[in-house]
Amino acid sequence: MNRYRITKHPILEIPEKNIVAFTWNGEKLTGCDGEMISSALFANGIHIFGHHHKDNSPQGMFCANGQCSQCLVIADGLAVKSCMTPLRDGTVVQSVEGLPKLPEDDSIPQINEVPVKDVEVLIIGGGPAGLTAAIELGKLGVTTLIVDDKDRLGGKLVLQTHKFFGSVEDSYAGIRGFEIAKILEEEVCKLDSVEVWLNTVAVAVFSDKIIGVVRNNQYRKIKSQKLLVATGAREKMLSFPGNTLPGVYGAGAFQTLVNRDLVKSSNRVLVVGGGNVGLIAGYHAIQAGIEVVALVEALPQVGGYKVHADKLKRLGVPIFTRHTVTDANGSDQVESVTIARLDKHWKVMPGTHKTFEVDTLLVAVGLAEVNEFYLKAKQWGMDVFCAGDSQEIAEASAAMFTGKIKGFQIAQTLGIDVGPMPKEWDEKATILKSKAGREDRKKPPLKEDGVFPVFHCYQEVPCNPCTSVCPIGAIRTENDEITGLPYMVDLESCTGCASCIAVCPGLCVSLVDYREDPEHPLVTLPYEIWREHVNIGQKVPVTDIDGAVLGYYPVEKVSTRKKYPGTLLVKVKVDKAVAKSVVGIWVQERQVEPSTIYEKEIPPDDAVVCRCERITAGEIKAAIQQGVRDMNQLKALTRAGMGACGSKICRPMIWRIFKEEGIPLTTVTDSVDRPLFVEVPIGVLAGVK
Amino acid sequence: MTADVIIAGAGSVGVPTAMALGEIGVKTLVIDMNSSPGQGENKHAIGGVRATHSDPGKILTCRRSLEIFSTWQDQQGDNIEWLKGGYAFPVYRKSDEKMLKVLLPIQKNHGLNIDFVRPEKMKEIIPGINTKGLRGGTFAPDDGSISPLLSVNAFYRKALNYGVQFRFKEKINKILCKNGKVCGVETDQSRYKAPVVIDAAGPFSPHLGKSVQVDLPVIPESHEGAITEPVQPFFQCMVVDIRPAPGSKNYYFYQNKHGQVVFCITPDPPILGTDKRETSRFLPQVCARMVNLLPRLKNLRVRRTWRGLYPMTPDGSPLVGWNRDVQGLLHATGMCGQGLMLAPGIAEVIARMITGKTIASDEIILSEFSPYRKFKKEEALK
Repeated sequence: MNRYRITKHPILEIPEKNIVAFTWNGEKLTGCDGEMISSALFANGIHIFGHHHKDNSPQGMFCANGQCSQCLVIADGLAVKSCMTPLRDGTVVQSVEGLPKLPEDDSIPQINEVPVKDVEVLIIGGGPAGLTAAIELGKLGVTTLIVDDKDRLGGKLVLQTHKFFGSVEDSYAGIRGFEIAKILEEEVCKLDSVEVWLNTVAVAVFSDKIIGVVRNNQYRKIKSQKLLVATGAREKMLSFPGNTLPGVYGAGAFQTLVNRDLVKSSNRVLVVGGGNVGLIAGYHAIQAGIEVVALVEALPQVGGYKVHADKLKRLGVPIFTRHTVTDANGSDQVESVTIARLDKHWKVMPGTHKTFEVDTLLVAVGLAEVNEFYLKAKQWGMDVFCAGDSQEIAEASAAMFTGKIKGFQIAQTLGIDVGPMPKEWDEKATILKSKAGREDRKKPPLKEDGVFPVFHCYQEVPCNPCTSVCPIGAIRTENDEITGLPYMVDLESCTGCASCIAVCPGLCVSLVDYREDPEHPLVTLPYEIWREHVNIGQKVPVTDIDGAVLGYYPVEKVSTRKKYPGTLLVKVKVDKAVAKSVVGIWVQERQVEPSTIYEKEIPPDDAVVCRCERITAGEIKAAIQQGVRDMNQLKALTRAGMGACGSKICRPMIWRIFKEEGIPLTTVTDSVDRPLFVEVPIGVLAGVK
Repeated sequence: MTADVIIAGAGSVGVPTAMALGEIGVKTLVIDMNSSPGQGENKHAIGGVRATHSDPGKILTCRRSLEIFSTWQDQQGDNIEWLKGGYAFPVYRKSDEKMLKVLLPIQKNHGLNIDFVRPEKMKEIIPGINTKGLRGGTFAPDDGSISPLLSVNAFYRKALNYGVQFRFKEKINKILCKNGKVCGVETDQSRYKAPVVIDAAGPFSPHLGKSVQVDLPVIPESHEGAITEPVQPFFQCMVVDIRPAPGSKNYYFYQNKHGQVVFCITPDPPILGTDKRETSRFLPQVCARMVNLLPRLKNLRVRRTWRGLYPMTPDGSPLVGWNRDVQGLLHATGMCGQGLMLAPGIAEVIARMITGKTIASDEIILSEFSPYRKFKKEEALK
């Protein structure tokens, strides 16, 4: 087994895989059959996949999602995206050093006509939105084709090891993301009229209303009456010096490596961005045995759910609000990351720099809609719909619901008699899409006898699993609204079953039991990290909601509920004084202290904005200062946006530079998007066998 | 605002013309509906620059253009990605061999460095070329390529330095005339006065001409192009396959300075009109032809595709000259997809026309490009 594999995980099962041999720059290595080449390399501790042709800078994993081309390697002679290319026995893998060489394969190929497929509905993307839409359509017998570029259905659900928020009846709340993916997949597979093409990359939408896809290296044209774009989101990037170093990548990319491919990609990470993606990625890191030294957020408070932030704090991760990353340091890959405090004008405050020794920086500064297919189809006047993150960035629970709505609406437009859409659907979708609400720190019940749950849930988010599991139906949310805070209607009636603790996605319910020893009540805490840290009799550091250790108390019992095997219910015997405050168990063994010795001040203009072409912020600023107000001209002059990714990553950053330069954005002309959205070999387009 | 000359269009033709006029002190104003220079058809050009033509006017014009492009970086400092890779016309059919060989004496007569080379030489020039039935072909080593994007911007900066004024995002509604003489233009935002208007509007020239009852024989046609990922350079020249195939005439491709292969095809029948929306037809069509000619291209990945307009004239040559009915209207349009390579040469001819100092070779060019010529024969290498 490779050195950097996750061999045990508190939530995920480790499947048996066939081991195959491959070579990396001539060196014999092993990997798992069918895993992505990038993950096989990571499992062998290889993070530098090549050097950029323009400046010879090292490059490696970045999006892990087939969107950029930073992970390019040469596999059996051909330049490929390693994150999208499966490893096979005997694959010869080489790093890309400068420009790749086109193989001198001069055999004259046989050409086939490119096949055209007709369907009623084409769905691009088999994630939460695409799957629920397909289920709606499949139930009505509509011939539907789902295309997805990955080797399995579920989209980003498959990366999510945590229990979902949202609504029990509408979006599988309380169930873990990867399990929801399985449920949806099973449902889709039962439907005769729904066909699924995996490993199929949608590459363009043409004006003759044809969608070009590449399936198993074969180009296909698809004609559909209706098109649903459910392509999800891509991660935004920050511009700071060192941002192209291997080891700087998206939090989503990290989740792919760790949770999907079970690769121990890092030893120690720092997370930038306190939205749900960053918070969850930090949590997933700790579950994978990776240390998280800090999470950095530019705003005065984290933007994600408070319960996610609390989970991290309780495990021992410090959260630095009003801070940003100023640079990633290292010669060939990340060796340390420097952060600094921001003043109220978002400027870095001198003398506040701190440097952490980490090997990875996870960037989680927001998501952008993958909507290029939708916009093109709209431009061509096609009958197109959009659902999930590609329509509006929100939680996956909302994506599942909007997918269902779009499926229903497509059926309506196909003339199927489905009646009017239930009135409450739109309202439900809006609620599921709502951002976290106000914080209201409620006092725990005064009661100090019997047994009852304490809800450390102080922020309104759409979530209701706890109300659905209480055997006596005594848990409700305020005004019975899904965003209302939970409470126990009758504390006396609690049976102490702990179901509400097991189901809670936020891990923010504890059960206090005074019945045995009122002075030393037993408190049951939810816990999803290492089982061996909570042995019976062992004294564990228990914390309050903010991560402050309230004391070391002995573990009395560890159990699980059948439906939630990943959530350990740890019973600890504590002092009466802290009983209602304890909610978590501290995990990280030590807190890494940052170094405040800051040696070099790298000008932020050195930050790379267009990573495909290695164009810096300074070059873009200079062009803007010379009067460029057209993104197309900027592209012509600097090549920013001309690379493989097609400005998917740099465009938001370029807009930001225009803004920072004080240019009214209404005076700036946006660049023109053109097919292809993903590169396709000439031979594949030609229909070569 | 008043100018000596107003140029309609800041593209392949308008910008170098403005530069040439600015250099000799003509007060010039350029108006374009797009947001920056070269955003019309210039950016759709793939970048080939050749003097390999069959008519003297084009050969002379492009030889001057080649001189300007190839010396630009040395003289002006900006990199416009000039690559002296030559133009190769590989030949597989007897009839094509004959046609090309007939042209050689005319081409050589006008100073063109060109020869018909043997298949072995063709293999050297285009490594990996399909040799089955290859009869050799012509090769003109002094032709090459430039970046249309960088060159138009380089000319633009130079024009600005000469004091030329540019108005972008402004659409010319009509040419203004008084007593049969041009007196300016009216745009969607303002009016500008000038005794001379140069029509460098390419595919939009017919529309512009209509405003002064001038009927131009220019019909826009749509061609599609594409560019690949970069790989290590393995050939230098523009490869032109002149054989027809179902649905298309010739197609051509080269590897630019970044290592990217850029290509384009001529649809048959032509796609008339100004529709620039990409279709699903182009890539399979051109790619099938390319992998047959140069099989190793099969593993090269296409990055982006687009469609651009060729403002076509009946015989494939441009329209350059004074309008005989509207005094002060000078046509510099109908470049038939060759505006990029013709324009720097044409711009200097126009500058001499404006100042009345044309030279002998200009007359050859101007008679060949005259808007009033008889459109009889087609140019062989249009």
